Amino acid sequence: MNNNIIEIQDLKKYFYMKKSFLSKEPVILKAVDGVSLSIVRGKTLGLVGESGCGKTTLGRTIIRLYEPTSGRIIFNGEDVTTVPFKPFRQKMQYIFQDPYASLDPRKTISDIVGEALDIHNMVQGKKDRAERIKELLKTVGLSSEHASRYPHEFSGGQRQRIGIARSLAVEPEFLICDEPISALDVSIQAQIINMLVDMQASKNLTYLFIAHDLAVVKHISDFIGVMYLGKIIEYSASNELYSKPLHPYTKALISSIPVPDPSLSRNRNRIILQGDVPSPVNLPSGCRFRTRCPIAQTICAEQEPPLIDMGGGHLCACHFA
Amino acid sequence: MSALLEVKNLKVSFFTPAGEVKAVNDITYSLEKGKVLGIVGESGSGKSVSSFALMGLIDPPGRIVGGSITFDGNLLTLPEDQKPTRKALRTSEEAQRSMRGNDMAMIFQDPMTSLNPVIQVGKQIAETIRLHNSQLSKEEIYQRSLELLTLVGIPGPKKRLKQYPFEFSGGMRQRVMIAIALANNPKLLIADEPTTALDVTIQAQILELIKELKDKIGMSVILITHDLGIVADIADDVAVMYGGKIVETGSSEEVFHHAKHPYTLGLMDSLCNLDDACTRLTPIEGQPIDLLNIPAGCMFAERCNFCMKICINEIPPTVVDGTHQTACWLLDERRPATI
Repeated sequence: MNNNIIEIQDLKKYFYMKKSFLSKEPVILKAVDGVSLSIVRGKTLGLVGESGCGKTTLGRTIIRLYEPTSGRIIFNGEDVTTVPFKPFRQKMQYIFQDPYASLDPRKTISDIVGEALDIHNMVQGKKDRAERIKELLKTVGLSSEHASRYPHEFSGGQRQRIGIARSLAVEPEFLICDEPISALDVSIQAQIINMLVDMQASKNLTYLFIAHDLAVVKHISDFIGVMYLGKIIEYSASNELYSKPLHPYTKALISSIPVPDPSLSRNRNRIILQGDVPSPVNLPSGCRFRTRCPIAQTICAEQEPPLIDMGGGHLCACHFA
Repeated sequence: MSALLEVKNLKVSFFTPAGEVKAVNDITYSLEKGKVLGIVGESGSGKSVSSFALMGLIDPPGRIVGGSITFDGNLLTLPEDQKPTRKALRTSEEAQRSMRGNDMAMIFQDPMTSLNPVIQVGKQIAETIRLHNSQLSKEEIYQRSLELLTLVGIPGPKKRLKQYPFEFSGGMRQRVMIAIALANNPKLLIADEPTTALDVTIQAQILELIKELKDKIGMSVILITHDLGIVADIADDVAVMYGGKIVETGSSEEVFHHAKHPYTLGLMDSLCNLDDACTRLTPIEGQPIDLLNIPAGCMFAERCNFCMKICINEIPPTVVDGTHQTACWLLDERRPATI
């Protein structure tokens, strides 16, 4: 058996929308359009891209909050694309982006965290349950007296800790973190990141870390995939991606990160992309990025560049890389 | 050079059933013509409220409870000795209304909700022009709207003027917002987190546009953000806010390269750096301050690594070093020799 905890093969998720009540042809929104990737146990794969590129849809399709249109999801060597959820959902958990919307305001913290324990029959008796909840809250840096409170009594950072405690309750092996820190303040972000890093080391967790903040992704990830309009366009080890980006989109993305240093940020060569991301309903022909690409040629409109290995496991989908 | 805007000891409070929330608690700063001031802070630090106060947009239960704002030689707040009678407030409101959207304009965080969804974009731009220039003819207003859309880099402005906000993408809507703000050639543009809702590539476009327009029109800009990177990129001066107070202010060179306040230093440390291969971040421990129960001394004392007894009991003095000002007991000579 190989060491990959999860493998995704040519995963697609299309949403069918009716254009108007007169037309019968459904409009297809290709949110995730043929993504293949694998994650080694105990490592972190970062997924970056702009809003609408399908990174959240990909995360949700992997855990089957959305049913995949086609493709395969192999988890721990087992095909889980169509099997019932319950057994594999215990091993695969999801941390949501918005700590305000993802906790039920009418439940206490012990109910929120304990619900997962009950569903998977992981505790025997009330005492055991309370004990386990206490332990979980401690793991995420909250105290046991918080258990009887309601979500509105907590700040954003604390709520995100509760969300993390809930997903840890069932002792998962694989966590999908969907922008877990983007709703938090800078000084709190670092607390949560450190906590995620510590938990990974102590529990041998594997993360799929979805974010749009490239600096954070670089810090936490071993490998990074860059998505654009439903496809992965570049994939490599995290340091290599930042030191030697190959795809023109990745180059522009990295150059547009604001750097908190006035002398550095004013003197650097910035690539500013023109225009907006095209709609995923009307994808451009050929390369998806060509409408905004500074080096696009005629071939880009005719042929879609395949994702190929440029050496040392650095994959890139560009005719000119 | 004379200051375009002077804010002195400004205090804004919200009177809620739970008690008085001192959102802005005694802040002082000034802004010169043609300069960019970056105000950085976390949510709840009072950075947005302080700029809403400049525009006169504080709604009840909120109220300016003290201090003065002087813009371009005119006092925008009530004079210290005048009682806030209804008449005095009305006159002050009228003066502000003629200035708001004219000499001083604001762009907001969320371009998705700050435009009216059922009115054509062209009409929304025209409204701002007409309000402050009633003598202009329809044709003149139309020409000016076209000019504005071209200025902010929207392709095909003639067609775009007739469209509705939903037909624009996020970045394009923010451009429309900027066009509306620039309609009457303001002397001061207040940008409240203008790029927070946008993607990084679009953010780069908008920031570039603000920089370009600032030079073209010669206006001053107040940029409010939580992203230190954005401030480093475009601000001349920086003010760092925490718990309703300005804890450190200076030129961006001073604040970024020679930060003195423990909070500013903590913020810089808690950022992920792209260049260093840092293995671990240094967060600021604890939670942001609860503005309902503000401490007697320094706002940051509870989370500060260098907290002394005096920090808990007494408000820190502002230590001035040229243009660089820091409110911290550590830098004051009266601090106790031992902690």
